[in-house]
Amino acid sequence: MISDAIDNEQVEILLNDVLESHGYDFLEYSHASIKRRIIRLYGLDNFVSFAEFRYTVKTDKQYFKRFLEEITVNVTEMFRDPSFYKSLRNDVLPVLGTYPFIRIWVAGCSTGEEAYSLAIVLKELNLLNKSLIYATDINPSVLDKAKKGMFPLNYLKQYSENYLQSGGLKDFSAYYTANYSLAKFDESLNSKMIFSTHNLVSDHSFNEFQLILCRNVLIYFDKDLQHKVFNLFDSSIEKLGYLALGSKESLEFWPKAKEYKRVKMEKIWRKL
Amino acid sequence: MAETVDSTPCGALIIGGSAGSLDVLLEIFPALRKDIGFPIVLVVHRKASNESLLTDLLKSRTTLEVSEAEEKEFLSPGKVFIAPADYHMLIEEDQSISLDYSEKVNYSRPSIDVTFQSAAEVFREKLVCILLSGSNADGVEGLKSVNNFGGRVVIQNPNTAIMPYMPQQAVLNVEPHLILDSHDMADYINKLNG
Ligand SMILES: C[S@@+](CC[C@H](N)C(=O)[O-])C[C@H]1O[C@@H](n2cnc3c(N)ncnc32)[C@H](O)[C@@H]1O
Repeated sequence: MISDAIDNEQVEILLNDVLESHGYDFLEYSHASIKRRIIRLYGLDNFVSFAEFRYTVKTDKQYFKRFLEEITVNVTEMFRDPSFYKSLRNDVLPVLGTYPFIRIWVAGCSTGEEAYSLAIVLKELNLLNKSLIYATDINPSVLDKAKKGMFPLNYLKQYSENYLQSGGLKDFSAYYTANYSLAKFDESLNSKMIFSTHNLVSDHSFNEFQLILCRNVLIYFDKDLQHKVFNLFDSSIEKLGYLALGSKESLEFWPKAKEYKRVKMEKIWRKL
Repeated sequence: MAETVDSTPCGALIIGGSAGSLDVLLEIFPALRKDIGFPIVLVVHRKASNESLLTDLLKSRTTLEVSEAEEKEFLSPGKVFIAPADYHMLIEEDQSISLDYSEKVNYSRPSIDVTFQSAAEVFREKLVCILLSGSNADGVEGLKSVNNFGGRVVIQNPNTAIMPYMPQQAVLNVEPHLILDSHDMADYINKLNG
């Protein structure tokens, strides 16, 4: 990959086109990361000039679908960061269990591994029946996969180790049936999920939640955009509700952080 | 020739290493000046599970401030920033750090290429990149970018590397500014101007 195939100015031009022609605003994403994604795609798809690339992104709807899929980072796992899930299981969900009904928003859910992990924990705590998980993402293609609840079988060994480390109590394989190279997760898990596109940059609050998970999404945003999204979450979390971020993300520099209290050592905060 | 280039100030030093590089780092760090005038960034391949091991090891061997790089943190002189296990680390135009959990590059995350490439354009001729021992070719593409933007490329002499493949590939594919024995690294770094 030629790393200097596209310069900063061209990145700016391309992202402005994307906003104008397709309505997606990537201008406040972390510059170095998005530039790298753009150059990677340019190389993968064998474009010969920036002009050709620009024209295709701007005018070809089908290609833009691919652009959206490849420019965002969709890498995810089940029970990623087991200690985080342990804290959800022991510290957060039991508190929410005292409510008559639990509404959870998984923002930036990618292909759904996180939402299914959460549903498994809720099920083991006997809370799944009274819960509803709203799983959203900017990218419709990952949501289509998430709805199916089928994940590559060769990752399941890792996932089951993560699950056990996170305090899982059952035989993990009881939750899925192997189907060729895929593991299909039990339908009882996604019966409590609602999937929908939602763009954290431009869409508004759509409900009030007791728990919002938005993990490994904000690392791709610059500081100002992060703070805008925190404000969006703030207006979408009930008093005494929880906000969970990824292991490298923090509320720390957000002006309203004082109104939130950290839960132990994890990246979980409770609204006061 | 080399001397005129070396008087160019150093805006940042990035050291990349893989298998066999820990020994070199443990040799370099105790010998570094206390008043290093530029940030030092380390990108070292390791297992995700050994998270803080490298940081702890280095902390115990230098008076410089060593920490695992935090998202959005600014690089600052005299400090050592370690790319966290399992994230790519990129440098922004304003010299802040972006972490990125995208696909592995060269079977590696953090990838040395990714950090070298993003820093190459930011620091241009003020960038110094050192590639150490290792058994894959990560870092080589990154060094090419460093070269393109006028930065300095320093490669560990493959004969002094426990795993010579990585520095060998670099020597074959990139024109280095210098090839250094592991014993001469600390001295070279101490002489760079901040
Ligand atoms: C690295 S994945 C994180 C998946 C999961 N939360 C996890 O931690 O494993 C990042 C996800 O954020 C989504 N994303 C990026 N920009 C977004 C935006 N503006 N609004 C909503 N989702 C976004 C991407 O499409 C991608 O699926």
